[in-house]
Amino acid sequence: MKASPFLGPLLVLPALGVILLLFVWPLLYSLVGAFVTGEGWGLGNFAKTVELYRSDILFTFLIVGLSTLLIAVFAVAIGGYLVLGSNPRAQAILRWLYRWPLFIPFIVAGQLMRTFLAKNGLLNGMLVEAGLLTPLQTLSFLDWRGIVIAFVWKQTPFVALLVAGAMAGLDRSMFEAARNLGASRLRILVEIVVPQVMQTLLVGLILSFVIMLSVLSVPLMINAQTPTMITANMAFRINAYGDYGVANALGVISYLMAGAVAWIYLRYAVRERMEQR
Amino acid sequence: MGRWLVRGLCLGLLAFVVFGPLANMVLWAFTERWYFPHALPIEYGFSFWGRVFAPRGGAIESLVNSAVIAVGTVAMSLALAVPAGYALARLRLPFRSLILLAFLLPQAFPNLPVYINIARIFYGFGLNGTYLGVVLVHTSHGLVYAVWIATAAFASVEHELEEAARNIGAGAMHTFWTITLPLAAPGLMASAIFVFLESLDEFTGTYFVGAPDVQTLPLLLYSASAGGNYQIASITALILLVPSIAFMLVVERFLRADVLAKVGR
Repeated sequence: MKASPFLGPLLVLPALGVILLLFVWPLLYSLVGAFVTGEGWGLGNFAKTVELYRSDILFTFLIVGLSTLLIAVFAVAIGGYLVLGSNPRAQAILRWLYRWPLFIPFIVAGQLMRTFLAKNGLLNGMLVEAGLLTPLQTLSFLDWRGIVIAFVWKQTPFVALLVAGAMAGLDRSMFEAARNLGASRLRILVEIVVPQVMQTLLVGLILSFVIMLSVLSVPLMINAQTPTMITANMAFRINAYGDYGVANALGVISYLMAGAVAWIYLRYAVRERMEQR
Repeated sequence: MGRWLVRGLCLGLLAFVVFGPLANMVLWAFTERWYFPHALPIEYGFSFWGRVFAPRGGAIESLVNSAVIAVGTVAMSLALAVPAGYALARLRLPFRSLILLAFLLPQAFPNLPVYINIARIFYGFGLNGTYLGVVLVHTSHGLVYAVWIATAAFASVEHELEEAARNIGAGAMHTFWTITLPLAAPGLMASAIFVFLESLDEFTGTYFVGAPDVQTLPLLLYSASAGGNYQIASITALILLVPSIAFMLVVERFLRADVLAKVGR
C-alpha cells in the first residue's frame, strides 16, 4: 500500500502556515508600511529616516561589519589550531574553552559586558592590580567597542564550531604533504584549509551578521547614546511616537544590509559552482 | 620552552576573555557593596537574593512565566514539527528543499521589524500581552530548529525496521508510534531542548508583543539593568545562564553525529 500523494503536503502545511502567518505576512506588512505616509504613498519615511538616522545607519553597518570580520579571524584561528596544532593537550583545552558562550543569550552577554567592561569592571580592576594601569587611567569600554566585544564574544563560538567541524572533515594527507614540503602551518591554514571551508565559513558569518543586525538588547544595554544601532532607533520610534513609518523604513534598510551580504555569498557560491564544471 | 610559554599565555588569555565576564557577573550576584576604585567587592552577601525572590521582587513571577511560555512553545513547535519532519524525511513532497528553506526565513532576515509588525497585527486580534501571543512569536522563531532536527532525526531511522514491522502486519500508524517515533526520540528531544532554550532566552519578540503584561526573565533582566541595579540584573542573568551552560556541556549526547550530519538536508 502506498501513501496518498496528498499526505506529505498535508502534514507539512500547519508548520508552513505558521511561517506564512507569523513571518511572511508581517514581513510584507513592514515592507508596505515603510511606504505609507501621512499623505498617502511615498518616500517620505525614507527621507525622514535618512535625515534623522544617517549616522546611526552607518554606525550599525560599521559595528556589525567589524564584528563579523573579527569573528571570522578568531573562528579561523580556533578551527585552524584544532586541526593543525601539534600539541594534543593544548587542543583539548582549547576545544573545551572556546564553546562556553555558545548558548548564552545576547541579553545575558550584554549584561556581562556591561559589568566587565565598565570603569569599575573586572577588566580594569585586573589591569590595575597587575600594575598596568593606575585607577585614574581606567577607561570604560561601554561605547561602540563594548558592542563589538559583546558580539564577538557571543558569536565566535558558533562560527568556530561550524568551521572546526568542516575542517575536521578535510583530507589530512594534503596538510602533511604540504608540511613535508616545508610550508609553515600559517601558510597551510591560509592557502589550503580556509579555501576548502570557505562556504561553511561564509554561511556562519552571514547568519551571524543578520543575527547581530537584529539584536536589540546589546545596544540598549551597552550604548544607548547617539550614535547607536538602528534596532534601538526602531524601538524608540515605536515606543515614543508610535511612528511605524520611520520604524519600517529603518527595517527595510536593515533588510537591504542583510540582502547585500547574502548577495555577496550568492555571487561566491555561483562562481564556485562554475569553476567546478 | 618558548613554545610552551606562548601556548600557555594564549590559552590563559582566552580563559580570561571567556570566564572574566562570567566571573564578574557571579561576583555581582553576591555583592553587597562594590564601587570604584575597588578591584573586588567590598562586602559579600545574599541580601539581594532575598529581595529578588521576595513576592514583590518579580523573579518568581518571571521565572514561572518564562517556564510556562517555554513549555508551551515546545509543545506547539513539536506538534507542528513532528508531522512536518516525518513528511520531509519520508514522504514524497514537491519543492522539498524550498520548504526546508522556508523555515530558515525567520533566522535569515533581521527579525526586529517583523516583530514590530506582528505586534501591530496581534493588536487587532487581542493577542498582545497574552501568553498565546508570546508563544506564537517564539514558535515562529524556534520552528527552524524543531523542523530541521526532527527531519534529520526521522531520516536517520533505518527504513528496513519500518518495513519489517509493516511486513509482519503492523499498520502505518502503529508502525509510526511503536518503531519510528521511539527511534527518532533522542533527536526530537534535542530539538525540544533547542526550542526551549530559544524561548527562554528570547528578548526582542517578548519586548514588543508581551511587555508590559507578560513579564519574562529576559525582560526582568533588562529592566533591572536599565535601572542600574547590577545585583538584581546579575542574579537574573545567572538564572538564565544555568540552562544555557548545562545544554552546551551535554548537547553532543543528545545530538548524535549521524543525526547532525543530516541536519538541513
